[in-house]
Amino acid sequence: MFYRESGQYKTSYRADQAIFTIPQDRVFFALLMLAAFVGIPLVATNYIYTALLIPFLCLALAALGLNILTGYCGQLSLGTSAFMGVGAVAAWNLATRVPDLNILVVFALAGLVTAAVGMFFGLPSLRIKGFYLAVATLAAQFFLPWLFVKISWFTNHAASGVITAPQLTLFGWSIDTPMEKYLFALGVVTLLALAAKNLVRSNPGRQWMAIRDMDIAAEIIGIRPVVAKLTAFAVSSFFIGIAGALYLFVYLGSAEPDGFTITMSFQVLFMIIIGGLGSILGSFLGAFFILLVPIFLTRVPPMLGFDLSTALVSHLEFMVFGALIVIFLIVEPHGLARLWQITKEKLRIWPFPY
Amino acid sequence: MKATKWIASLVLGASLAGGAAVAVAQEQVIPSMVYRTGPYAPSGIPVADGFVDYVNLMNERDGGLNGVKLRVEECETQYNTERGVECYERLKALGGTIFSPYSTGITYALIDRAPTDKSVIFSMGYGRASATVGNIFPWVFTAPATYWGGASAGIQYIAKELGGKDKMKGKKVAYVYIDIAYGKEPIPVFQNYAEELGFKLELVPVPAPGLEQKSIWLQIRQMRPDYVYLQGWGAMNAVSLKEAAAVGFPREKMLGIWWSSQDSDVQAAGPAAKGYKGLSFHGASKDLQVLKDMKKFLVDKGKASQNGKHFGEIGYLRGAANAMFTIEALRAAQEKHGKGKVMNGEQSRDGFEAINLTDASIDKLGLKGFLQPLKLACDNHLGDGKILVVQWQGDQWKPVSDWILPENQKLWPLYLRDAETYAREKNIASRTCVKS
Repeated sequence: MFYRESGQYKTSYRADQAIFTIPQDRVFFALLMLAAFVGIPLVATNYIYTALLIPFLCLALAALGLNILTGYCGQLSLGTSAFMGVGAVAAWNLATRVPDLNILVVFALAGLVTAAVGMFFGLPSLRIKGFYLAVATLAAQFFLPWLFVKISWFTNHAASGVITAPQLTLFGWSIDTPMEKYLFALGVVTLLALAAKNLVRSNPGRQWMAIRDMDIAAEIIGIRPVVAKLTAFAVSSFFIGIAGALYLFVYLGSAEPDGFTITMSFQVLFMIIIGGLGSILGSFLGAFFILLVPIFLTRVPPMLGFDLSTALVSHLEFMVFGALIVIFLIVEPHGLARLWQITKEKLRIWPFPY
Repeated sequence: MKATKWIASLVLGASLAGGAAVAVAQEQVIPSMVYRTGPYAPSGIPVADGFVDYVNLMNERDGGLNGVKLRVEECETQYNTERGVECYERLKALGGTIFSPYSTGITYALIDRAPTDKSVIFSMGYGRASATVGNIFPWVFTAPATYWGGASAGIQYIAKELGGKDKMKGKKVAYVYIDIAYGKEPIPVFQNYAEELGFKLELVPVPAPGLEQKSIWLQIRQMRPDYVYLQGWGAMNAVSLKEAAAVGFPREKMLGIWWSSQDSDVQAAGPAAKGYKGLSFHGASKDLQVLKDMKKFLVDKGKASQNGKHFGEIGYLRGAANAMFTIEALRAAQEKHGKGKVMNGEQSRDGFEAINLTDASIDKLGLKGFLQPLKLACDNHLGDGKILVVQWQGDQWKPVSDWILPENQKLWPLYLRDAETYAREKNIASRTCVKS
């Protein structure tokens, strides 16, 4: 009733090409941004920032990166966590070895380093597809952490191989409270998400989707698979690298390269599967679901007044979470983003469905 | 559009956290970060049980600490760093001041947060060894032992068994470790000792999680080491013991760090573990007054955690020791800042720095023979904690050495050097300490 586009005419190409073509969507998005940048800092506690929002943003960005590769270009990858490690280690080395470098430059360069590494590990995608490619990208997951452990230069010869992020400063603004860290991460993630949204609507994004839908057909209509696949790997790794740098600098503060395990790669992969492959929004929804719902579940029994043992709460969490995954995948195999889209479509024709 | 759902849950989360933050009067929250589930649960459960039982004993027997009730708040970390950070924030919001993360990864993540949050991180026998330097890590405590101290005690024990340090020359020690931060920590100490005493050090990294070690032990057999020092984690330890048995390496010549010599490790290895030796920074005897009290006040009344399923195991004792240190720190804090009051983060820190366990006070706690005297200070967050070698008899751990004091005079330069690197990287100033 309120959400419909009848009567709204697009009179220019500009209007037609906008990310949000309907004013309702624009208002909604503006409100969302307002809530994220202003509303949350007004109400949130340190717990919400450091335990929920900051890790959410970091992993949502990683999921976004993987979604570009897997969701948009159809190349399955299991090396996400290792690429995050590359981003973290690269950013750390840049920041400690060149202390005067602006943190944004550090992040961008770390992203570029990861992009190069990602492209290298993406080379097998020119020959192999699907599950076989996933297994090939596993090589990254084993090789890269091993490399950081083996060559202690990467961690500045720290005895335990743990790297500790230096103080964050941006144009004289020292980012040390959880709220500032959140705002910084939010800024970075918003910018990159916007970039990703535009990228997937433009030429490279359409090339990726063509490759994903049928690579032979794409090749016939003049898309070069080499370029399309490798740019997808590069852009995806760029995002993931920055996510890794955020993970180290803003979220944990210190990390060991070994901490970027295959478990985390799977976690990010599940995020985009649950959230929705080939959807920017899906990356965020998936990160929300995989990361925050389990934490929420552990808080439910005490909230309802049940005094259960820690172990039982934890086991309940596993069971309920597992059931939720199954339910969501049965209800909508295309992920939470698709559910959201269906809701919008239903709203559009409400109250006269046909 | 990033989902209304997200916002709704945030608002809900905010109200939850806000509601939980209301402090309960005259109740000191004792946070307990545990891992009762997940792949490492077998070693996490006894520690968690021992911790909660010791605190409850204080409540049941002594009516709390100088009248302040102690309330354990458990949070499940699943030995996962992200979950650990979430737990820390959650428990901090509940009023927790002293945190024992029980994971190297979580400890490292919390070390950075401690100064701004004014929370005490008590990593008892794990975590960052150089956090011992109180000037640079004012909020982190490593008492009574670090992995470096463990390595030092291990080498001293081996030297003694061989008949003196001069006999170490030309011998071969294999350091078998899980290839993560935890396993890599003591390598510099071993290297220093190898150079000093002239023995050959073989580094044998086992890729995590270390469930497949066949080729590694064949390799060790070829090396023919005189001793093996094991720093494994979780299921890796039992595999090491079984493989050692398979290649015929004498378990009596195997020495494990405290996290590699818990009941769950040797029980999983079965008969292969008999004779295996472990280091411990506390005694292994079950004949303690405090255990009798625990039996009387908790186990017999059905109040013990999981009905005393793990009562008296070495992990259980370790959890109890952790709770004991935490409570003694709070006791010392109350001495300083007012008896019968709830301590905040800064006061808890002062309490830790004022810990002074003498033979008399250990006796009074019912821990005679379990611990050695320990004194902490502003610049020394480790103290002269001593280490015991215990041997698995097939059914229990039995001490086979005297208390060994790690050669701290050799370790301190290393602690200082590492701490200074940290201070430089993080650009933090060293705190001046009044010499006591």
